[in-house]
Amino acid sequence: MNLLAQIWFILWKDIRCELRSKQMWIGMGLFALLVLVIFNFAFDLRVDNKAAVAPGALWVAFVFASFLGLGRTIAAEREKGSMDRLLLSPVNRKAIYLAKLLGNVLFIGVVEIVALPVFAILFNVPFSAGALIPIVLLGTVGIASVGTLFSAMAAATQAREFLLPILVFPLIVPILIAVVRATSAVMLVTTNEPPWLGLIAAFDAIFLTASTLLFEYVIEE
Amino acid sequence: MSIPYLNIRALKKSFGVKPVLRGIDLTLYAGERMALLGANGAGKTTLLRILAGLTHVEGGSITIDGLDLASQTREVRCKVGFVAHQPYLYDDLTAQENLLFFARMYAVKQPQERATFLLRYVGLSKKGRERASSLSRGQLQRLAIARALLHRPQLLLLDEPETGLDQEGLELLNALLKEHQEQGGTLLFTTHDLPDAAERSDQIVMLRNGRVVYQQATADLAPGGITQAYQEVVR
Amino acid sequence: MALANKETPVVQPAARTRPVPLPVISLVLWALTLLGMAVTIWMAFLYAPEDAIEGQPQRIFYFHVPVSWAGMLAFVVMAAAGILYLWKKDERWDWVARASAEIGTLFISLALITGSIWGRTTWGTWWTWDARLTTTLILWFVYVGYLMLRNYMGRSSASNRAGAVMSIICVIDVPIIYESVNWWRTLHPAAEVGVAGALPPSVVLTLMISLATFTILYAVLMIQAYHLQRVQTLAQRLRAELE
Repeated sequence: MNLLAQIWFILWKDIRCELRSKQMWIGMGLFALLVLVIFNFAFDLRVDNKAAVAPGALWVAFVFASFLGLGRTIAAEREKGSMDRLLLSPVNRKAIYLAKLLGNVLFIGVVEIVALPVFAILFNVPFSAGALIPIVLLGTVGIASVGTLFSAMAAATQAREFLLPILVFPLIVPILIAVVRATSAVMLVTTNEPPWLGLIAAFDAIFLTASTLLFEYVIEE
Repeated sequence: MSIPYLNIRALKKSFGVKPVLRGIDLTLYAGERMALLGANGAGKTTLLRILAGLTHVEGGSITIDGLDLASQTREVRCKVGFVAHQPYLYDDLTAQENLLFFARMYAVKQPQERATFLLRYVGLSKKGRERASSLSRGQLQRLAIARALLHRPQLLLLDEPETGLDQEGLELLNALLKEHQEQGGTLLFTTHDLPDAAERSDQIVMLRNGRVVYQQATADLAPGGITQAYQEVVR
Repeated sequence: MALANKETPVVQPAARTRPVPLPVISLVLWALTLLGMAVTIWMAFLYAPEDAIEGQPQRIFYFHVPVSWAGMLAFVVMAAAGILYLWKKDERWDWVARASAEIGTLFISLALITGSIWGRTTWGTWWTWDARLTTTLILWFVYVGYLMLRNYMGRSSASNRAGAVMSIICVIDVPIIYESVNWWRTLHPAAEVGVAGALPPSVVLTLMISLATFTILYAVLMIQAYHLQRVQTLAQRLRAELE
């Protein structure tokens, strides 16, 4: 069976299981909204500085919600005793990684889709959704590419919940800088911005490749 | 003398710093059945897991049907079926969906038909649409056995397969193993039921502290001899 | 404990009959380090000229640069050892990686401290988000994260592999992190910790001596840390055997 088919079937299985267990979605969605509301109060936003703070607030909410979601696919497998169910079969380990990655991106993406309109309302900062979506998409892929790899490692430890952010956060600094700047560029008119989207795309390409190749070394016992 | 189907030489494995297997040598020919006995913690499950490709080989070598396990793990996985302590099934999928998924993972031809056939074979046709989480222990075990058979494995590894099975389940298991043997399949299983082990195997192997301490063809055993040997060697 | 009664007792290894050989390489390197440090301190404080702009505090440069360099070197060694471990599957490469991680953490911490002090003397703030200092900080988090991961996963082949993969990802990422912070900084030009412009030969010479000294220090610390890893692993294995 070719790689794409394997990825598809694993992803389908994950989505099916996720939809039936219904555990994480609501929690993550509410969490993202909560962070946005907290920011609203925390920064005592008046009209003039809202636009400056808004991109950061949005991405802090997204990043923390991402970390909540990142652990879940692999933690779910490990909790029931095993990734062994999948590893027993001859399925390509790269397919497992890519399926988990897509699952994570999908999952975080749904939360982002819900959070964006609420963000628009709360912060009342006008922006073009069309310009923002590529940024959000590429940024999420970047965070998830490294996050999925590391959640496989952290899942083997007891301290997985806080170890994962400690390991991943430093590594996604380039993405964070880039997405916040790029989001600012969408919301305000800025000049002479470096090609942030290009940086995110390059980051994604590099780390998708590296993580796909390295995943099998951390997932097997 | 034919070439052994399964050849284990000087196999070593540690979990962290703790050694679990300290140099295992075993040989099994195609069509043979081997019973693996030993106290808990002797290394039986670890050995099976290594053969199933779930844990890396650390020292020594394993050859299965001419393939080196360490370097050709993927090909070996296609030939091996494993029924473990855990059922290795997804709670949130139905019985049918579970088998279909694993059939796809093993690249079985006509996965839908194969899944339906095996479901019927283990007597779970009526439970096809029920989630695995709602199945009883015995039913789960049957489903696990079905999962192990999806890809028509040459080598069957069973870790205490009789656990949780009722009388009907046990009869099913026996019929299944008989058919597997008739088709030339090889079997390696662990059990705590000693007389049963003597009946259903061609070779008895006992492990203690990660080493083989006893090996005997069942044909050469006196009745009740197995219990005696176990008491002496393992206890 | 019936099994234990039947166990053959652990045979005591024969007592050493010849004296333990002197660790010649380590001693030589320690001597060189000591000498190098003495020379470095003399050169940094007395030989090198006072900086026209910053004055005496600039001399911290002769210590900040080498410890940063050693921290980076340790990082690259860690990643290289990780790659070699994945390739050769020899656990000794993992000992090298862990040793380098421990030493590297030390040097990066020193780099942060000296960088912070330098920033304080130059700009009056203890911290400035310039590209070098920020990347150093992130590197510090990476080192600590690595040590935490290795600690939680214990001593096993899974732990070795996880460490190797982590260090490979991190070493690829560090240049990207540096560059992205650089881009970000062009929008917030602020205090920068570093020396600008061409450097006179006496400064260069002092810096070279200092770099060499700290590199030798790194090497000798690596040897000790490596052997510590080796002995720890063997001791834990022995203990596990006895239990």
